[in-house]
Amino acid sequence: MSSNDDVFRALADDTRRLILEELTDNEQTLFELCARLTMEHDVDMSRQGVSKHLDVLEEAGLITSTRRGRTKVLEFAGTDHLKAAAAWMDRLTENDTDTESERS
Amino acid sequence: MEIYVTSVPVDDQQMALEFYTNVLGFEKKTDDPVGGARWLTVVGPKSLDGVELLLEPTGNQAISEELEAYRDALVTNGIPWTSFACEGVEAEYERLSEQGVEFTQKPMTAGGVTMAVFNDTCGNLIQIIQQ
Repeated sequence: MSSNDDVFRALADDTRRLILEELTDNEQTLFELCARLTMEHDVDMSRQGVSKHLDVLEEAGLITSTRRGRTKVLEFAGTDHLKAAAAWMDRLTENDTDTESERS
Repeated sequence: MEIYVTSVPVDDQQMALEFYTNVLGFEKKTDDPVGGARWLTVVGPKSLDGVELLLEPTGNQAISEELEAYRDALVTNGIPWTSFACEGVEAEYERLSEQGVEFTQKPMTAGGVTMAVFNDTCGNLIQIIQQ
């Protein structure tokens, strides 16, 4: 089970955030993902580099890889983890608002 | 220097010849016996004197395990062995799908280039691209 630490660590990199956005739109193979990152987002990175980012995202439970026949497909799987992280951030901002309203 | 031949590893040369000619539409160029195998090449129908594609047998015992591991890793991640140019990826996708060719990557446009990837039934994924 991954913790909020893993989730925030995974999110602390713009390439990984971009990969997450790509995978929420549609599931893809590593090849397709690399092609899109290079051609649509000007990401200049080797497949090995992308793979390392995918490992971090998978470790944090934000994506999964599923075998389909002989091919492996990458999918977004982070809804619950991101909701938990967002809930924590919401609590902070809500407290902040309360403090301000108390003051006024 | 010029590129005169490039190769794709195939598990069975005769099956590969049939797929690359009858299904994909290449033409056989050279077919010479070499040891127990064949020096077997095909060319594009519009470039009979152009670069040849060697259908290279994978049976070489000295490297077969490593080669298989490498090819598996490519297929698993959807990475094509090589890439061929065509005039229309959509049209080729329709034509080849009708003949039962399995695509691992449906036509996709990115950065002004359209591409697709299919299984060549000989152990490899092949990309087609329209520039």
